[in-house]
Amino acid sequence: MNAETLRRLNLAGFIITLLTVIVALIWAFPLYWGVITSLKPEDEVVRPYIELWPDTLTFSHYYFALTQTDIGRWYLNSIVTALSITVLTVLSSLFCGYALSQLNFPFRNALWWLILASFMVPTQTLIVNHFELIARLGLVNTWAGIVLPQLIHPVIIIVYKQFFDGVPKDFREAAVMDNASEWRILTRIYIPMNWGVTAALSIVTFIWSWNAFLWPFLAVTRTEMMTITVGITQVNDAFGIYYARELTAAVLAGLPVAVAYLIFQRRVTEAITLSAGIKG
Amino acid sequence: MLRNKRSEALMALALIAPFIAIYGLVFVYPTIKLFMISFTDAPLIGDGTYVGFDNYTRLASDRRFDTALWNTAYFVLLSVVPGTLVAFSIALGVNRLAGRLQSFVLALFFLPYILPVSVVYLIWDWTLNFQFGIAMYVFDMLGIGRVPIFKATAWFIPAVAFITIWWTAGFSILLFLAGLRAIPGEIYEAASLDNAGRWATFARITWPLMWPITALVLTIQLILQLKIFDQVYLFSTGGRPNDNVVLVYYVFQRAFQSDQGGRAAAVAVVLFLIVIVVSVLNFQLTRLSRGNNR
Repeated sequence: MNAETLRRLNLAGFIITLLTVIVALIWAFPLYWGVITSLKPEDEVVRPYIELWPDTLTFSHYYFALTQTDIGRWYLNSIVTALSITVLTVLSSLFCGYALSQLNFPFRNALWWLILASFMVPTQTLIVNHFELIARLGLVNTWAGIVLPQLIHPVIIIVYKQFFDGVPKDFREAAVMDNASEWRILTRIYIPMNWGVTAALSIVTFIWSWNAFLWPFLAVTRTEMMTITVGITQVNDAFGIYYARELTAAVLAGLPVAVAYLIFQRRVTEAITLSAGIKG
Repeated sequence: MLRNKRSEALMALALIAPFIAIYGLVFVYPTIKLFMISFTDAPLIGDGTYVGFDNYTRLASDRRFDTALWNTAYFVLLSVVPGTLVAFSIALGVNRLAGRLQSFVLALFFLPYILPVSVVYLIWDWTLNFQFGIAMYVFDMLGIGRVPIFKATAWFIPAVAFITIWWTAGFSILLFLAGLRAIPGEIYEAASLDNAGRWATFARITWPLMWPITALVLTIQLILQLKIFDQVYLFSTGGRPNDNVVLVYYVFQRAFQSDQGGRAAAVAVVLFLIVIVVSVLNFQLTRLSRGNNR
């Protein structure tokens, strides 16, 4: 390779890099635009030209949203339901994954196949029957009604089983020699050795549950029981056609998950590649 | 030793009990019930009488069902392959970067994926707003006439597909990056010693080695997009939902707006079977292709 082709290759490489950065900025622009709009006075928002930075920066829409609308209540609903889903799903999956990985019991293979099969079933097709179930149990418009049908995440069991399978057998044998009970082996060896996985899976389960739309939208008919993701699209009269107020609601709904992602970036990406079946 | 075996089984039973209870209640029971009520004229809540295959035969002449099926197929066509190609190209670009710049650029591409669909809806509904949307100023500059995008049937599905690609590409980009990082550097060194150009390196090394990941991304996207509801529902509020209806939306309309649980279940069963068939086919295909590579 002579100097001339090398120089051209480098130039091409530089252009590709530059292009990637420019596309990334354009990609994220709608997010910036949404945030900026929420910080403008309503009359500035509808000016007939592009204004990339507000003339007057205002937080009045945030004050309005937090004091004059149900957003506080929706936050509470979202936090309670997303946390419940996370704790219940992760714990039940951890136990089940451990049993499948380490213990012998009747119908173990049948259970494993049921889990793999349920992986393929689209839960969206069960909405009619979920609603019927929740209605029969008298749980429409309750936190439990929002939570229950969202506890189906077979992928978490699959990931746990993989990780428990990967713990060297020596640990288990040594513990058994010491007469440690199964419960002790699980809580003193297997769980502590996989804290990273538990953290990663909990964070993404929380994000999935916070972001869920279809089921919380169906399970709730009363405004004050809505989760924030549903609430901000359903109560138009709370915001009217005030664009800045609408985007303020959007920013408030997206902020917790965006911040969670920015703090736990590595864990989130790890859990997401794991859930797609790629062991990172 | 026998006592040990029994206590092991008992321990296992205790550990799987919570999972079994949850799955029995919110998964196994509703799935069986779905098939059962699809053969009845049940309302949303309560029982109906057995009507045989009526709910299914009616679908053959149901124009709304036809629209839903076509719209779903059209949406899948416009989102799955283009979305995968976009994500792959972006991953190639991001993979060239290093250190802080790489994490920053990756975060910019990934952030939309982490947001709730309703936030994505509000942001794009504003960006594409007919009167004040910033995209319309771009349309003006390019000399394209302004369009009320979500109220024009021809624009609706393509626009929703575009926004879906924007929203979900971050996920596919992550998978592609994981794949690109797994390719050993020596292979590229060997190629550059052989004076292989940029394009030859891509076509002969990167693309073939990335094919398994590409197939994985395509399948995940395909199965995901078949089940689309949220975006279509949100963007058609105030528009023309009956023209934009997709399969899950149609299940929702029949069950929750017309109070026809049985007929809704029949539509749901059709989608259920489509997704299962696609999953099984894909499972067999990946097994076959793995067998050939050996």
